[in-house]
Amino acid sequence: MTISNSLRAMPDESGHFGHFGGRYVAETLMPLILGLEREYKAARADPAFRAEFDDLLEHFVGRPSPLYYAERLTGHFRTVAAAGKGPKIYFKREELNHTGAHKINNCIGQILLARRMGKTRIIAETGAGQHGVATATVAARFGLPCTIFMGAKDVERQKPNVFRMKLLGAEVMPVVSGAQTLKDAMNEALRDWVANVHDTFYIIGTAAGPHPYPELVRDFQSVIGIETRAQILKAEGRLPDMLVAAVGGGSNAIGLFHPFLDDPGVAMVGIEAAGHGIDSGRHAASLTGGGPGILHGNKTYLLQDEDGQITEAHSISAGLDYPGIGPEHSWLHESGRVSYVPITDNQALEAFQLCCKLEGIIPALESSHALAALPDLTARMDEDKIVVVNVSGRGDKDIFTVADALGVEL
Amino acid sequence: MTRLAAAFARGRPALVTFITAGDPTPGATPAILDALVEGGADVIELGMPFTDPMADGPAIQAANLRSLGAGTRTADILALAAGFRTRHPDVPLVLMGYANPMTIRGPEWFASECAKAGVDGVICVDIPPEEDAALGPALRAAGVAPIRLATPTTDTGRLPAVLDGASGFLYYVSVAGITGKQQAALGAIEAAVARLKAATDLPVAVGFGVRTPEQAAAIARHADGVVVGSALVEVVARHGAAAAGPVREATRALADAVHSAR
Repeated sequence: MTISNSLRAMPDESGHFGHFGGRYVAETLMPLILGLEREYKAARADPAFRAEFDDLLEHFVGRPSPLYYAERLTGHFRTVAAAGKGPKIYFKREELNHTGAHKINNCIGQILLARRMGKTRIIAETGAGQHGVATATVAARFGLPCTIFMGAKDVERQKPNVFRMKLLGAEVMPVVSGAQTLKDAMNEALRDWVANVHDTFYIIGTAAGPHPYPELVRDFQSVIGIETRAQILKAEGRLPDMLVAAVGGGSNAIGLFHPFLDDPGVAMVGIEAAGHGIDSGRHAASLTGGGPGILHGNKTYLLQDEDGQITEAHSISAGLDYPGIGPEHSWLHESGRVSYVPITDNQALEAFQLCCKLEGIIPALESSHALAALPDLTARMDEDKIVVVNVSGRGDKDIFTVADALGVEL
Repeated sequence: MTRLAAAFARGRPALVTFITAGDPTPGATPAILDALVEGGADVIELGMPFTDPMADGPAIQAANLRSLGAGTRTADILALAAGFRTRHPDVPLVLMGYANPMTIRGPEWFASECAKAGVDGVICVDIPPEEDAALGPALRAAGVAPIRLATPTTDTGRLPAVLDGASGFLYYVSVAGITGKQQAALGAIEAAVARLKAATDLPVAVGFGVRTPEQAAAIARHADGVVVGSALVEVVARHGAAAAGPVREATRALADAVHSAR
C-alpha cells in the first residue's frame, strides 16, 4: 500500500484534512504556528523526545492503561438482545490515568514541545476544568508558570477543579466575554497568546485549532489506540469489530481510532452530545446538527446560523459542550470511514448509573455518552464479536451535576 | 485610479476610521458613517460583527455583542454599505471582520455582494496568506481588494508571502496583541513602516492602539495612513443612537491632526 492510499496520512503539507483543517489565524500568530510545525516535525523524528514522552507516560501518568473485559455489562446487554446477540464489551480504561482522564497524554507531549522551543510560560483554555487541571499538572511538574482561561460561568460551576488548578500553582482567569463558557475561554486564550507570542506556549486541549495542533494532539493521544491494538491482540488474538468513543473536540476518539483507520474490519463510531435532543436546538452535535465553517483556527463542522454566527452549544457534559469538532472528524465523517451518532443528556445519565452499578466504575459524563450508544450499536452483533469503548475519564467530577439532574440533594 | 488609491494620493497622510456595523443598531449606523465622512475620514472600515472576535479587545468585543444583540444580519451590513455608496460616491469603504461570516455562503457569493454594494476592499482577520484560497481569488475576480495585515511578527522572510496578492493598502498592526490596548513605541513603528515601504508600493496604514490626535499625528509623520478604531467605537458606546455628533467631533480632531502632520 502506498502512503496516499492510507487514511492515516492526513493532514496534507498545508495542514488540511480534505477541505477541513488549515491555519485560519491572525497574521501575528502565523510565524509562531509555522515555527511550532517545524519544531514538532523535528521532535517527532528525535528518538530522545519520544523516549522522554514514553517515560513520562509510564511513570508519571501510569500507562499503559488497562483494557478491561466488562463482563457484567456484556451480560446485561445479552439479556436484552435477541438470542445469540450481544458482543463482548471491553473498556479502555483512560479514566485510570493520573488526573483522571486521557487529557494528560496530550499535555505531556505539548509541554515537552514547549520546553524544546524555549517557551517559559504556559496558557490553556478549559471548560469543565479537566484540561485545565491536566495542564496545571504538567506545568507544576516542569516548573513553568501557567495561566488557565475559563469561562466565568464554568468557574462558578466547577469550583473543585478551580481549586485543584490553584493548588497546582496555576492562575485561573475567569472569562466574562460572550456566554462565559469554553468557546469564550478559547477566544481569550487566543487573545493572550497573540499578545505574548515571544515567550508563551498555548497547550490546546483537543484535536482542533490551527495546524499543526489537530495533528500533534492526535499523535500524542494515539497511544490509546496503539495500546488497545496490542492489548486486544493479546486478549482475543484478533482486532476488535467496533470502536466507540465520545466526541466533543474529539481527542480521545481520534486517539483510539487513528491507529485502526486502515483496518477495514474495524468499524468506528463517534458519539456526539445531543443535549436535549437535536430537534430541540439545545445540543452540541456539530456533525449531526451543524455545518462546515471556520472558527478557532480551523475549518470544520460548527453549530452556526445561516450568517455564520456561532450558536451556543448545550450538553450536560461540560467536556462536550463546544460548538465545534476537530477537523479530522469532519473529514472522517464526510468520507464515511467513521459514523457519528447523537446521544442525549438523559441517555448519558442512564448509562452513567448503569456503569456504576454493573461495573463498579463511575464514568465521566463524556464517556457515559459512549456507553449509552452501546445497546443500539450492539443489538444486532453476534456474541463472538468484540467492541472496545473508550472510558476516557472518571466521573467523580460529575457527581454534583448528576445529583442535580436526578433531583438528589447532597 | 481606484477610490482607495485616490484616498492615499492626496499629498497628505490619510485617516482610516473603524466602526462596527449595526452598533448600537443597524438603523443608527448610516448617521455614524456620515459623521465619519463629515469629520474628515479618508477611508471607512465597517466592521462585520461576529460572535467570536478573537483578535479584538474589550471595546470592539462589546460593539460586536451590541450589534448582534440588536439583530444585525449580513444582509443589513450589505444594505448599509450600498446606502453609504449612494450617499458618498467617492469615499472608499472597506469591510473588516472574520472568516466565517464572510465565507459561509461561499466566497463567490460574498465577493459579488461586496462588489454590488460598492465595497472597495475586505480585511479578513483570520485568513492569512496561507489560506488565501478561502476568499482571495473570489474577491480579486469581483474587483474587490483583499487588504492584508502585517504585524511585528511578520519577519523579512515572510513579508513577500504577505504582499503577494495584497492590494488596496497594507494594514500594519503595530502591536502584537488585540485591538484597542497598548500603543507601540514610535521608534519601532517608524522602523517597521520603513521596512514595509521598502518592500511594497502599496500605501501603509498603521493601526492598533492609536487613540488620540497626538498619537495619530506622530504616526502620520511616517506612515501613509493611520487607523483609529477602538477609540471611536468607545464614543459610540458612550452615546449610543445619538453618537453621530460626538463621532463627527472626535473624527475631526483626528483628521486635523493626521492631515497636518507633515
